[in-house]
Amino acid sequence: MRVAHVTALVTELDALESESIFVFREVAAEFERPVILFSGGKDSIVMLHLARKAFSPAGVPFTLLHVDTGHNFPEVLAYRDAVIEQLGLRLEVASVEDYIADGRLRERADGTRNPLQTVPLLDAINKHRFDAVFGGGRRDEERARAKERIFSLRDEFGQWDPRNQRPELWSLYNGKHRPGEHVRVFPLSNWTELDVWNYIEREEIPLPSIYYAHERDVFERDGMLLAVGPYSQPRSGESVGKRIVRYRTVGDMSCTGAVASTAGSPAEVVVEVAASTLTERGATRADDRVSEAAMEDRKREGYF
Amino acid sequence: MSTLLRLATAGSVDDGKSTLVGRLLHDCKAILADQIAHVKTVSEARGGDFDFALLTDGLRAEREQGITIDVAYRYFATDKRSFILADCPGHVQYTRNTVTGASTADVVIILVDARHGVLEQTRRHLAVAGLLRVPHVVLAVNKIDLVGYDEAGFTKIAKDVNEVADQLGIAHIQAIPVSALVGDNVVDRSAHTPWYDGPTLLELLENASGRIDNSQQPLRFPVQYVIRPQTDDEYRDYRGYTGTVASGTVSVGDQVIVLPAGRRTSIAGIDRPVVTATSTTVVERPSAVAGEAVTVRLADDLDVARGSVIVDAEASPGTRRELAATVSWLADRPLTVGARVLIKHTTTTAQAIVTKITGALDLDTLGVIDATELALNDIGKVQLKIAAPLAADPYSSNAITGSFLLIDAHDGWTLAAGMIDDEEGELL
Ligand SMILES: Nc1nc2c(ncn2[C@@H]2O[C@H](COP(=O)(O)OP(=O)(O)OP(=O)(O)O)[C@@H](O)[C@H]2O)c(=O)[nH]1
Repeated sequence: MRVAHVTALVTELDALESESIFVFREVAAEFERPVILFSGGKDSIVMLHLARKAFSPAGVPFTLLHVDTGHNFPEVLAYRDAVIEQLGLRLEVASVEDYIADGRLRERADGTRNPLQTVPLLDAINKHRFDAVFGGGRRDEERARAKERIFSLRDEFGQWDPRNQRPELWSLYNGKHRPGEHVRVFPLSNWTELDVWNYIEREEIPLPSIYYAHERDVFERDGMLLAVGPYSQPRSGESVGKRIVRYRTVGDMSCTGAVASTAGSPAEVVVEVAASTLTERGATRADDRVSEAAMEDRKREGYF
Repeated sequence: MSTLLRLATAGSVDDGKSTLVGRLLHDCKAILADQIAHVKTVSEARGGDFDFALLTDGLRAEREQGITIDVAYRYFATDKRSFILADCPGHVQYTRNTVTGASTADVVIILVDARHGVLEQTRRHLAVAGLLRVPHVVLAVNKIDLVGYDEAGFTKIAKDVNEVADQLGIAHIQAIPVSALVGDNVVDRSAHTPWYDGPTLLELLENASGRIDNSQQPLRFPVQYVIRPQTDDEYRDYRGYTGTVASGTVSVGDQVIVLPAGRRTSIAGIDRPVVTATSTTVVERPSAVAGEAVTVRLADDLDVARGSVIVDAEASPGTRRELAATVSWLADRPLTVGARVLIKHTTTTAQAIVTKITGALDLDTLGVIDATELALNDIGKVQLKIAAPLAADPYSSNAITGSFLLIDAHDGWTLAAGMIDDEEGELL
């Protein structure tokens, strides 16, 4: 039933685009050191595209920051570097690997590194004195995200207090903060996964190849298809097979699952997403299944 | 324009707002398998039936206390249109979050528990909806299953609510008897209410007209940010003023005035961005309408910056340094006369002093009474003196140039939502 969207598409996407562009311009005007969190995933790619539109024909007036888990898909890293190079942007990298190497962080028992990103992220924000941090989070992704404001204040420890958020009226975004505090800004708050894909199709935005169907050696764990690779190996009893898959989200390779799919283009992905019976995180993220409030807990501590 | 409809729920605590939203999503088949599985697991762990409210009450504290603390946004679509749903809290302590959810809504669904009728929070939320001039208000008389699907009780509540609405200047409110828990008249028509021949909630929402179209109003274009690439190419001398058209239409050649300076000029160009993998350029377009984020260029080299507002030369609002307004007070500490605050109005932030509190809304009588201060959740009338001239309209004619925030200069907290009064000063 969600395919019915298509008729009203042009104007709805235009409205979402205008809303996001408005947010980028507010931040450029009211903050001194904004940064875009850029992972090379589809949401951050769409964010960057919107930011470029907001300031064209001038360049994007923001730095980019990648919190690198060290467990990246090589295709995503290659994409990231190519974009930075082509557009002449500035990229900062905060590396989880470095933190583990010198003991500031310890590898988790389950081997996943998504939750370990918080400390390097907050350190990078402090070090560069970033005062506005754009995240690609969408409210339709997850129940704690569904609660968040578009401008969301973080205290000097980077913490989010979901019980005491500032009121947010109309489109009058309040970016005031005290020294040491910063504001997380979510320009894609009101976009759904389907909107993102419709927009990628309409704007012909290139993505890392792993978002489209390809053949890969995978094994099944917790109902997800995990790629065989340097960070994820089958345990005994888990059998490896070649499957045609694609990724709905890209993150830490060790806990991001692929979905069986033959969708090879944005248009085919749109059809597939509209018919999907699982949410994107439900289908692909092991780390969100840990507890009832896994995301809320991570967000409170300062996660994306 | 778009067929998107933004909804917000309102009503007293435990009237069933979250349950209704969960029911609406569920019966529209907008809940995916992993979300259902999650709610099932959590409901069973608590030893109860499937709890629809858990679909939106996503915070740990909300689940522990069984109440909504802050707005949850959900997105769904039917064959007819798509919806953004803001499930708001009912508890008086979290009224500011309900004001947040209602401020962007096209439709507010007010819930009333069929057993309890109109309560103080019902009146408060109706007042908020009226004050914000939410285009449509709908009444859902909920838990109708608990009163034996009684028609007389339903009719009485519908009448009571409309009396309140009338006093607040809200147009007639359509009432629907529903049970969020059982699903009566939410998406599916109920067999238990043969006496009701109106629409189901979903039918009503699918047919409600959307956002107020203010493209016919005079042009208002608050400048957000100035673009000057200063590159060595065709854009060397480019100077573009970015912003979102707040009202009206802007076309190349239009005569305009730039406020607050009051200088007259014309629109030399309107640019649309064109972004490819490797290039960032613009192409010209003939015009743009309310709601569109664009970049305009002016015929003359004027001093234009963030905070300037480009307006229709024939219908300028002028500027003012004094405002009479109605505010919804959202802070724990009270507002008193003489308070120094920041005002954020479109793209201008300036200092302001509250020179007078002229009254407050009494929720029992719905009349305006004398007041010397405004406490948390009060709705009151104030006068402000502002350190910079503002290009402002009454809220009743323009929700963007007629609204503002009051902000605490010290800690940055948003203190109030403000709506500029008409000349008659009559907003409530
Ligand atoms: N019998 C019956 N119970 C209902 C109905 N709707 C809601 N309830 C129950 O009423 C209680 C409160 O429902 P909620 O949906 O949490 O109420 P709410 O209005 O969202 O509460 P706040 O957001 O905290 O103000 C729950 O126990 C629901 O199961 C209904 O139509 N019939």
